[in-house]
Amino acid sequence: MDAVFLARLQFAMTALFHFIFVPLTLGLSVLVAIMETKYVKTGDETYLRMTKFFGKLFLINFALGLVTGITLEFQFGMNWARYSKFVGDIFGPPLAIEATLAFFLESTFLGVWIFGWKKVSKVMHAASMWLVAFGTSVSALWILIANAWMQHPVGFVVRNGRAEFTDFMAAATQPYAILKFLHTVTAGYVVGAFFVMGVSAYHLLRNNEVDLFKKAFKIGAAFGVFATIVVFIIGDMHAAEVAKTQPTKLAAMESVWNSEKGAPMYLFIVPDEKHHKNAVELFGIPKALSMIAYHDPNATVKGLNDFPKGDTPPVLITFASFRSMVGLGTLFVLVALLAFLFIRKDNLIDKKWFLKAMVWAIPFPYIAIEFGWVVAEVGRQPWIVYGLMKTSQATSLAVTIPQIIMSLAGFVVLYSILGIIDIYLLIKYAKEGPEAASVTAVEGGK
Amino acid sequence: MLNIVWFALWGLLWAIYFMLDGFDFGAGILHPFVAKNDIERRMVINTVGPVWDGNEVWLITAGGVTFAAFPTTYAYMFSYLYTPLFFILFALILRGVSFEFRGKINSEGWAKLWDFVIFFFSLMPALLFGVAFGNIFEGLPMDANGYHGTLFTLLNPYGLLTGIFFVLMFLQHGALWLAIKATGNVSERSKSFADKNWAVLLIVAVAFLVYTKFATKLYDNYFSNPVWFIVPAVAVLSLLMIKVFSKTSYIKAFYASCLMILTVVFTGIVGLFPNLIPSSIDSAYSLTAYNSSSSPYTLKLMFIVAVIFVPIVIAYQIWSYKIFSAPITEDDLKDPEVETY
Ligand code: HDD
Ligand code: HEM
Ligand code: HEM
Repeated sequence: MDAVFLARLQFAMTALFHFIFVPLTLGLSVLVAIMETKYVKTGDETYLRMTKFFGKLFLINFALGLVTGITLEFQFGMNWARYSKFVGDIFGPPLAIEATLAFFLESTFLGVWIFGWKKVSKVMHAASMWLVAFGTSVSALWILIANAWMQHPVGFVVRNGRAEFTDFMAAATQPYAILKFLHTVTAGYVVGAFFVMGVSAYHLLRNNEVDLFKKAFKIGAAFGVFATIVVFIIGDMHAAEVAKTQPTKLAAMESVWNSEKGAPMYLFIVPDEKHHKNAVELFGIPKALSMIAYHDPNATVKGLNDFPKGDTPPVLITFASFRSMVGLGTLFVLVALLAFLFIRKDNLIDKKWFLKAMVWAIPFPYIAIEFGWVVAEVGRQPWIVYGLMKTSQATSLAVTIPQIIMSLAGFVVLYSILGIIDIYLLIKYAKEGPEAASVTAVEGGK
Repeated sequence: MLNIVWFALWGLLWAIYFMLDGFDFGAGILHPFVAKNDIERRMVINTVGPVWDGNEVWLITAGGVTFAAFPTTYAYMFSYLYTPLFFILFALILRGVSFEFRGKINSEGWAKLWDFVIFFFSLMPALLFGVAFGNIFEGLPMDANGYHGTLFTLLNPYGLLTGIFFVLMFLQHGALWLAIKATGNVSERSKSFADKNWAVLLIVAVAFLVYTKFATKLYDNYFSNPVWFIVPAVAVLSLLMIKVFSKTSYIKAFYASCLMILTVVFTGIVGLFPNLIPSSIDSAYSLTAYNSSSSPYTLKLMFIVAVIFVPIVIAYQIWSYKIFSAPITEDDLKDPEVETY
């Protein structure tokens, strides 16, 4: 175990954990804001109770997204000092801008939203949740601009032994960043939509608050149709952008070993990393890969064997994660369309099998999202900044292996405990339903 | 020029952070002592409920700005102080979730557990931030070969004294906050604590100012340019004003305490200039506002962002403090219509 490996493990672990909670924040903030807006517009108390119910779940989830984010912000300096020094000129600004533009907005207006029920007007109260939702998206925008720069560095020169900005707007508006932002945010919306649908389905199965949960399901389903389709389309565009900017990642995502003109796409592949080939390739669609990646049936897709040794990422993980994400993404589109169809025809309640499936579907968008990050980050290896700096050159020299082991173990233990408590609380309050939620409020306003 | 501006802004961000999170650290440390039953404990927690997260974002911003404006300092400061920072993170995480978790399960043992978490993990970062800044004032043992300290070299007498000084300042600050934001017994106990703590704070503050002369080079800047003595003078004056105001208005005393924290931090910042982190081995290896900064392009960019957005942030944060300016009463906590922790 070397320091680089441990630092990577710690980063992967803490980032993946942060990203269990962040997507729901992204999606549910918008959904709760929609619910509350409906309440303000219609005056229908059902929407108020819906808002409070999902709002409570939102807060339980938010607590962990918040505290785990602080770790990430500090970790660049703690574990990746050489990286931070090399790219600070470029990487620091988006982080500082994120805090200034987004985190203040989110945290302040969330405070107003939680505690302000009687202190601000109805409209201001609903507006607070919209501001939280807006802040969350702004936060995602800036952190993803930073991440996109690591994937595809632009607008800089290397001077005085480090990367210096020459063009901020180039980095902030490059297609890679915009696509990454849109794809990630809408992926969060998918998580939120499936969460609302799943929780509603749970109560509909038990004939609990049927009116309220049918309305909630409908909001979730409409949002879900929109989000799953957009994720799919942007994902496709994103893959094309990856092909253009990170050919090694694309080759690993598709497990292409040898360069080929007019490359086919195989529906079923078993990569054999050791022998640099695929053990099994079945159901080829001629020229499909060239088409998808370069929008040209005769384009050449460069294979992993044609890149310099040591410049290619782990193939199996990247490939399998990518396939799983795309498979799930396709499935989500179908599920969301079905859900929307059933609720429109108003025969959802009779479809017990479907409601049950929706409850069990809650975790799957999370799984897709984690796979997505594994594709993005593992597929970028061995580079920390693609083509510019190797991950192995990026760690802190002053930090010793025992120190990292201590912090890694600490985070594993702490995060496991907090994760279990948080998910337990989410399930507990999701099951209790809106009525019970207001009973606890009477007991002591917790 | 921009380097100097950013050096000042860097100091200002830390100062604002300590001024704001300071009172919720203080309130967190005090809460087992000034609140004797569940409803009183919840009163303490709810005085900081709507604002503590917004306060903590100043820390994230201070970190982000260190990264953006002084990346080399960010890289060295955070990797050299790895272990204490890890403990601070650990504490902030546990403390952060405790507010949300505490009331979510109806059991006395559960609430007690999180009460302890709030107490202990408010104390720990308060102390460790002080230790860290004490060490920065002294300088870190670093040269061309990197860093030569350990966790134990950080726990030197001056570092520890600064840690204790920070804890006492935050206790004073938190007690004054509770005096005005809580009601009934909690407020009364906080007032009497604030009055007693003040004398201890005074003694430690004097010890700190004196020891600083021997342990650090902070006073060099002051002797070469005595107008700057105004900063520590205001710090001492505001400390005295806390006592004076406490007789008539705890609100004014709280404002004095805000000013005290700002000027104490700036006493250090002025003394450090132009160093962000001095080297205790050889000043050639100190990290300064010049040798550790970003490019002029980035500094200018960040300056524009700060000038536009920081005032907006301050405006809406003040607005939110105003909304929640009413003290918390026991009736609020029992009212089902009012959301509370
Ligand atoms: C609900 C979650 C979800 C779903 C259904 C999809 N994705 Fe995705 N994907 C993500 C969630 C996600 C993500 C977690 O948000 C990632 C990680 C990095 C990023 O930018 O977004 C991601 C990354 C990511 C990347 C790598 C980006 C990079 O390397 O920087 C590609 C090429 C795609 N996705 C493509 C797709 C395609 C073609 C999909 C077809 C259905 C798809 N994704 C569905
Ligand atoms: C929050 C969602 C994210 C997740 C889940 C995630 C996931 C990962 C994973 C799995 C790795 C390990 C790759 C490996 O095996 O080496 C990694 C590494 C890393 N990622 Fe991310 N990442 C996320 C976002 C980001 C963002 C937004 C940034 C930058 C702003 C970033 C920067 C890094 C860095 C610095 C490393 C360590 C170096 C490396 O091993 O490549 N990550 N991340
Ligand atoms: C790996 C790099 C990342 C870093 C350094 C980072 C940093 C942070 C920090 C410091 C916080 C706490 C903010 C607070 O106290 O209010 C936070 C929370 C959050 N982050 Fe991350 N984050 C990362 C990845 C992401 C990504 C990729 C997204 C979105 C796509 C994201 C979205 C959020 C959200 C929604 C919150 C909770 C809201 C909040 O508390 O402000 N983060 N993050």
